[in-house]
Amino acid sequence: MNATTPDLAGQTISLQSSLRRHRWRKFVRHPLGVIGGLILLVVFGSALLADYLAPHEPNKQRLIARFKPPVWAQGGNTTYLLGTDNVGRDIFSRIIHGSRISLSVGIAAVGISLLIGVTLGLLSGFLGGRVDATIMALVDIMLAFPQLILAFAMVAVLGPGIGNIILVLGLTGWERYARVVRAEVLALREREFVQAARAIGVATPTIIFRHIMPNTFSSVIVMATLQTAQAILAEAALSFLGLGTGQSYPSWGQMISLGRDYINVAWWLSTFPGIAILLTVLAINLLGDRVRDILDPRMT
Amino acid sequence: MTAVLLRRLLRLLVVCFGISLITFLLLHISGDPVAMILPEATEADRATLRETLGLNRPLLVQYGSFIGRAVQGDFGQSFFHRSPALPLVFERMPTTLLLTFFALALAVCMAIPAGILTAVKRYSFVDHLATLLVLLGQSMPVFWTGIMLILLFAVAWNLLPASGWDTWASTILPAITLGTFQAPLFLRISRSAMLEVLGLDYVRTARAKGLKEQVVIIKHALKNAAIPIVTVIGLQFGVLLGGAVVTETVFAIPGTGRLIVRAIGQLDFPVVQAGVITLALIIVLINFIVDLLYLYLNPQVRIS
Repeated sequence: MNATTPDLAGQTISLQSSLRRHRWRKFVRHPLGVIGGLILLVVFGSALLADYLAPHEPNKQRLIARFKPPVWAQGGNTTYLLGTDNVGRDIFSRIIHGSRISLSVGIAAVGISLLIGVTLGLLSGFLGGRVDATIMALVDIMLAFPQLILAFAMVAVLGPGIGNIILVLGLTGWERYARVVRAEVLALREREFVQAARAIGVATPTIIFRHIMPNTFSSVIVMATLQTAQAILAEAALSFLGLGTGQSYPSWGQMISLGRDYINVAWWLSTFPGIAILLTVLAINLLGDRVRDILDPRMT
Repeated sequence: MTAVLLRRLLRLLVVCFGISLITFLLLHISGDPVAMILPEATEADRATLRETLGLNRPLLVQYGSFIGRAVQGDFGQSFFHRSPALPLVFERMPTTLLLTFFALALAVCMAIPAGILTAVKRYSFVDHLATLLVLLGQSMPVFWTGIMLILLFAVAWNLLPASGWDTWASTILPAITLGTFQAPLFLRISRSAMLEVLGLDYVRTARAKGLKEQVVIIKHALKNAAIPIVTVIGLQFGVLLGGAVVTETVFAIPGTGRLIVRAIGQLDFPVVQAGVITLALIIVLINFIVDLLYLYLNPQVRIS
């Protein structure tokens, strides 16, 4: 709650920082959340430093080095740690570069969903009436459409490409935020501090953005974290179906799809990019679960 | 009760309208299908085709006639297959629904007993193991699970076919793939629903009466935990159908999903429209039934 009187301000700040310390201690105590955080750090690191970390150019073809198995398998060597694909591209380097696609799509798509969903949820919950009915009808329609199928249709329209994938996943993933934020607003608007703000004549936008919105943050943060994992899986699925970010830059889903074609000759083609997706999504889920445990006031 | 039912019905109609509008609009701002059908024709020939297909009329008129024909089951001719679009979708629908049904049954059979067990034996080894499996299962891309299963059971051990949908054996891997995609969530939900109920007074009363533990769990607790479980299973149907689309592609199963994915690539509007609308309507109907079931199962709602 933002309403603090000046003489209490110092006390409030120390309370907040102690709460933060308390939450941090709670986070560190549980190994799974920390493991998730560490894996994610590695993925972020490889996305940022892909150009320095990758031993080879991700798109460089070497036809004499086609279908090299990973280093520990028979016929493998240390030049290509995780082997090469049908045109001799290094799988390890492509996986490192692929993290860029997964992370940027995941984060940007959730950003768009957040923006749409939180705004509509706030409006819907606070204004009520016809606005609420319209927005909720829209939410119902979106919920009825399976995200993946709607995303197919939209990609068909917009064409593949990373910008379009972000847009499509952003536009098809906002309804959960709208729902949850609306429900929270409905509960919050009857609370005393909101009533008080209204009674002293605070303008509606100020009430919405300064008094109500900050109180919806904890559930929104948890959802956004878990949705990022979903967005990464959805991008991978679209790329797998050939409706993804395009061929010019390696993406994990696309690499798995290529592996499907050579499943009888080279198992490593689809195995390793899949493990990369698995670990990234797992890390986000672990982190999200921990964040929920910590932020959920019922658990504290 | 009647008012609630009427409201649900109204919502059903609004949702159907919205779905038709979105599907229609989406595919009409996309590329030119005529150029796809007649890649080498002259502009005059293309204009004629556009005329025959009605693609030169105003959007609103096109939407009107689209709705008019759609309610009669007419989505026009597939540009690619040169035959009516809806039958193409319907022909393949049993395959998709069967796959979904197998997967759902498998997921329910695996997840609900496991969910009950982990709730009853909370914090035991089994519980921790299940939590781990749930976390792993929720983080696996469904198509990758499928490919890994193919690698093991078809390529390495040669036990089951790697693709197709013609024998019973060929349905096993797709069903497992799609089933393990849903099972983690079901397990999670049934565990938490059971935990919630097991802590309630009436369960303690039942135990205090000296009823057998099995009776308490199955007859008393599960009955009340069933509401959230059924709701989630119903609401997940859409996600399951989405997963079926991907699974069909992995295993080259001739179902609706694969038809739609191909139609998107071919800019075959009528098939995409017919397919997407059919899938969406099935999901809407199932959600509607789940809603009714929820009303029926939950006396609080039923009485008010």
